[in-house]
Amino acid sequence: METNVINTPIDPKQIPGWGVDADPKNDPTYPMRARMNVTQDPDSKHRPTLQPLEVEKLRSIERPNVSAVYGTTVPPMGLSGAIRRLAFKYSENRYRHWLPLIVADRVQVVEGILDDLVHGTVPNIWAEKGYDVEWKHNRTAFITKMATIAALTAGTIVWLSSGNKEKGFRRRDNQRRY
Amino acid sequence: MLAMEYRGPKRVRAVQKPMPEIKHPQDAIVRVLRTCICGSDLHLYNGNVPDTRVGSTFGHEFIGEVVEIGSEVTKLKTGDRVIVPFNIACGECHFCRQGMFGNCHESNTEATAVGGIFGYSHTAGGYDGGQAEFARVPYANVGPTIIPEGMDLDDAVLLTDVVPTGYQAAEMAGIQPNDTVVVFGAGPVGIMAARCAWLFGAGRVIIIDKEDYRLEFARNYSYCEAYNFEEIGDPVVFIKKTTDWIGADVVIDAVGAEAAGNAMQTITGRKLLLQAGSATAVHWAINSVKKGGVVSIVGVYGPTDNLIPIGNVLNKGLTIRANQASVKRLLPRLIEHVQNGTLNPKGLITHRIPLAEVADGYRMFSAKLDNCIKPVMIP
Ligand SMILES: [Zn+2]
Ligand SMILES: [Zn+2]
Repeated sequence: METNVINTPIDPKQIPGWGVDADPKNDPTYPMRARMNVTQDPDSKHRPTLQPLEVEKLRSIERPNVSAVYGTTVPPMGLSGAIRRLAFKYSENRYRHWLPLIVADRVQVVEGILDDLVHGTVPNIWAEKGYDVEWKHNRTAFITKMATIAALTAGTIVWLSSGNKEKGFRRRDNQRRY
Repeated sequence: MLAMEYRGPKRVRAVQKPMPEIKHPQDAIVRVLRTCICGSDLHLYNGNVPDTRVGSTFGHEFIGEVVEIGSEVTKLKTGDRVIVPFNIACGECHFCRQGMFGNCHESNTEATAVGGIFGYSHTAGGYDGGQAEFARVPYANVGPTIIPEGMDLDDAVLLTDVVPTGYQAAEMAGIQPNDTVVVFGAGPVGIMAARCAWLFGAGRVIIIDKEDYRLEFARNYSYCEAYNFEEIGDPVVFIKKTTDWIGADVVIDAVGAEAAGNAMQTITGRKLLLQAGSATAVHWAINSVKKGGVVSIVGVYGPTDNLIPIGNVLNKGLTIRANQASVKRLLPRLIEHVQNGTLNPKGLITHRIPLAEVADGYRMFSAKLDNCIKPVMIP
């Protein structure tokens, strides 16, 4: 079999004119790349001591191994964890990686409320949202916002509970599309 | 110990959590002395950063006293008071050895683009942050820097992010003597970037935001011109007009994904999360810089998909530089600036909030209530 020309290594110094314009100041990343010379280190492949893997650690498929040190907080769990595991089958280059992670974040918010309730805590959402300071410093706008949300919610409830006939029609319409 | 905990978009609380532990021989545990809420924490708070897990503790800006060290820690001892850079960096990898401590390859398993950051979602490594009474600090031989004798703790805590990020924004902008520098965003980092622009020899510094109280603050603190984009019409046209129709030599984006000012960007970027946040500030930067100019980005954007005018970058021959600040690399110089009085970081702090009231702190900062510029918490 013939050698693939593209894969044959080339000694760049054999190329006419190689490096004649290699003033680092022409490099827009200068002086960042010039700050330290990695190749001067005798052991450039040295890695720090590895942290023992005690928790499930999802990792980017764009690297061969886990980083030597990592955070250990909130390992993937439940439905949100399952979605996150799926997301990490795809590279950082894909919507398929990032969008499921955002979905998992939202799922975990619900899981978090259930978890609170299971452990006998009723989440104080007013306090968690810091509405006390909003009330203190921004009262008029805050009341308007809350009134709007209340009106929209009430309107939606009225709309949803009115007329099963219309809902049935929309369901059929959906089925027809597929 | 008491710690901030994320429960979902715009929902945080202070809770009791287990004490952090040494997980790696280069770890240290610090008792937090000061910690700030940062503008980039708001991306997490609003639920815009993927893989922000419920139960996480935020906080990448903190200083503390070392209370425990791992077996491989040689450069610190218990009792030392340290500035902890927001980047977690090994000091040994390919990128650390270029001084790119914000891009360390040995501190984040979950992504390769960004290094590990304290309390900044699992996309940045899944570390708990410093908005707590105690925090685990990995690679304690590398990042933590002893707070010099006599330095005010309020100055020290701003050296973890705001000062280095503002300074690096000006540095990356390659400012030449007498350049006109425009900074989008008069948050703490934008204000610091505007002030640091003078240190590189700028001839004119303009800052643009939509909150009058922040503009007023910037005028006084950064000695710069300050304009409200809701009053000047199209900010791009305004900048062209005020620079003899050439454009600014340098534009710094200190806004990031939460930018206001463009309905389309707000809907696709901030509400629907279809791109990496609202790209309004990048649009303005690219379109208002002069041909051949430099755009320097330190505003934080989410991952991967973004609708930016890359065609104009080509047509105008721009240089774009952007990065997380490499705090460790910049600290020696910045400590000098603080000690000489060239920079006065603590002048940015407007609010002091007990850790127990963290939910109110986040609401106040995110809703820009009570003329808040920079809140600090004392656990
Ligand atoms: Zn910060
Ligand atoms: Zn490194």
